[in-house]
Amino acid sequence: MLEGNAIFRNIYCLLAGNEGNAAYCTPLAPGQYGYAGVKFGLLPHGWEWVAYFVAGFIIVFMVVNAIMLSTALYTWFERRAIGRFQARIGPNRWGPFGLLQPIADLLKMLLKEDTVPKDADRWVFNIAPIVMFVPMLLIFAVIPFGKSSYIANLNIGILFIISVTTVSALAIFMAGWASANKYAMFGAVRGVAQLVSYEVPMVLSIVGVILLSGSLSTISIVESQRLPFLLLQPLGFLIFLLAASAEMNRTPFDLIEADSEIVAGYHIEYSGMKWGVLQAAEFAAPLATGAIMATLFLQGWRGTFLPSHLWFLLKVFSIVFLLLWIRATLPRFRVDQIMGFAWKGLFPLALINLFVTAIEVLIWPLPNTGQLWLMVGINWIVAVVSIVAFANILGQRSFRRLRPRTSPLAGVTSEVG
Amino acid sequence: MTQPIETSLFATILFWVIATTSVVAAIAVVQVRDIFKAALFLVLSFLGVAGLFVLLRAEFLAVVQVLIYVGAISILIIFAILLTRDVQQGNPSNRLRLPALGLSGLLLAAIAFVAARTDWSLLDNATLSPATSEKVSAVYANTIPWIAQLLLQDFVLPFEAASVLLLAAIIGALVISRER
Repeated sequence: MLEGNAIFRNIYCLLAGNEGNAAYCTPLAPGQYGYAGVKFGLLPHGWEWVAYFVAGFIIVFMVVNAIMLSTALYTWFERRAIGRFQARIGPNRWGPFGLLQPIADLLKMLLKEDTVPKDADRWVFNIAPIVMFVPMLLIFAVIPFGKSSYIANLNIGILFIISVTTVSALAIFMAGWASANKYAMFGAVRGVAQLVSYEVPMVLSIVGVILLSGSLSTISIVESQRLPFLLLQPLGFLIFLLAASAEMNRTPFDLIEADSEIVAGYHIEYSGMKWGVLQAAEFAAPLATGAIMATLFLQGWRGTFLPSHLWFLLKVFSIVFLLLWIRATLPRFRVDQIMGFAWKGLFPLALINLFVTAIEVLIWPLPNTGQLWLMVGINWIVAVVSIVAFANILGQRSFRRLRPRTSPLAGVTSEVG
Repeated sequence: MTQPIETSLFATILFWVIATTSVVAAIAVVQVRDIFKAALFLVLSFLGVAGLFVLLRAEFLAVVQVLIYVGAISILIIFAILLTRDVQQGNPSNRLRLPALGLSGLLLAAIAFVAARTDWSLLDNATLSPATSEKVSAVYANTIPWIAQLLLQDFVLPFEAASVLLLAAIIGALVISRER
C-alpha cells in the first residue's frame, strides 16, 4: 500500500536492496523520484518485511508528528481568530504573537493532577481518549498531501475515512459512561444520537462525488477532478460542510458539550493530559475535515503555478477558516432543531443531490468539457431551488413552534439510587 | 502481480496476534460480568475480524465490517444496555443455555461445511496454471468492482429482498414503539 511513496521507496530499497523485490528497487530514469539502486541492501535476503516495517514506521512517525504539530498550531490560530471575531485579543503573551501558547498549555496539562472519579470504570475511562484520538490520525492515512505524497493508496479510501470516523461515537459513549456522572452521560447520549443522525447525510453527500469520479480511492478522486467538484456538487459540498460541522460537535451543533446546559458533556470528569488528548482530537477534527473536503471538492493538491503541497495547505486552510467562521458566528441549536435539521433538511437534500447526479452520470458517462459545464449549471439550479424550497418548508410555523412534551419516563423513580 | 494472500513472516505474526485477540475478546464477551465491558469486548472482536479481512486482501469487507459492526451495531447494543433496568446484575445466564448451544453448534457446522467445501488451492500461486493465476490476481488487485457486480447484477434480487426486509423491520420498530 505504501509502495507509491518516494521516501518509503528510498528507505525500503536502502535496507532491502533490489535482490528480493527487483522490479521495485531498480534505479529509475533521471529526474524521477526513487532510489539509485543498490544490489545488496543492509539487511540479508528474506528480511524484506523488516525493511517494510522500518520504512513504514518512519513515514508514519513523520506524518503523525506533523499532524500533532499542526494541531497545536491550529489551537493557537483558532483561539486568536475567535478572539478577533469576539472583539478581544486572544492568547498573545508567550512567543511572537503568542505562538508558543500551545507549549504553555501542554506544560500546564502535564503538570495538572490526573484524577479519576471514585465510581468510574477505570479501564474504560482511561482508554476512551485514545479511542477518540486514533481515528483522527487514521483519516490522514489516505489523504494525498501533494503530488505522489500520501501514506496509503487504498482502493477504498473514502469508505475507510467514513468507517474510521464512526468509531469516535463509540469513544464519546465510553467516556460518558465510564465517568459515572449524569452530565457526562447526558452528553454522551446526545452525542451518539447526533453523530448517528448526521452520518447519514454526510455519507450520501459523498456518494455524488464517488459517482462522478468513478472511484473510491482518494488519490483517483483528486486525479479525476478536471473541474473542482465544488462546482459540480454545490449541494453535496454544503451538506458535507454542515454534517461534518455536526460530526465534530462544533458550535452551531455543540449539544454534546453545551457549556450552559450540561457543563462540558462527556469530558466533564477528565483532567490533565487525558483531557488534553480529548481536546487534541477535537482540534484535529477541523484539520481532518479540511483535508477531506479539499480532496473531495477542491481538486486536492492540483493547482497551476504553486507547488502541490502549498496548494493543498491553502485549500485546507480556507476550509478550516470557513468552519471557524461558522463556529464563531452562529448560536447553538436546540436538541429537536438539530435532529429535525438532519432528518428533515439535510437528508432529503442529500437524496435529491444523489438522484440528480446519478441521472447525469447515466446520461453522460464520460462527459467532455461542455457537458461538464452543463452539469455545473443544472446542479447549481437544483441546489438553489431545493435549498430555497426546504428553507420555506422548514421555516414554517408548525415546524418552528414545537411544544415541550412530558417524557414518558417522567414520574418513574430510579431504583438504583 | 498481486498475491492472493500475504505470505511473509510479518503477515504470519500479524495473523496470530489478530486471531488470538479476537478469539480472546469473544470469550471475554461471554465471561465478563460487567455487561458494558462485554459490549466493548465485542467491538474488539469485530475489529479483529476486520483485521483478518485486511490480511485476506478483502479491504472492502474490512471497512464495511468496521462501519456496520463497530460504528452501528455496537452503538445499538450499548443503547440497549443503557435502557436495560438490571445492568447492575451483570451478565447472568438463563434457561436458554441449551437452545443457544444447539444454535451455535449449527452455525459452527455450517461454517465448517463451507470451509471444507471451499477450493483453497486458489490461494497458492505456485500450484496454479499461469492463466488461472492471472485471473486470481486480477480479482485480488481490486475486489470492489467484483463485489459490485455480484451484489448489483448477479444477486440483485436477494440483495433487494434483504433491504425490503430491513425496511419492514424499521417500520415494525416504529409501530411498536409509537405512543398511543
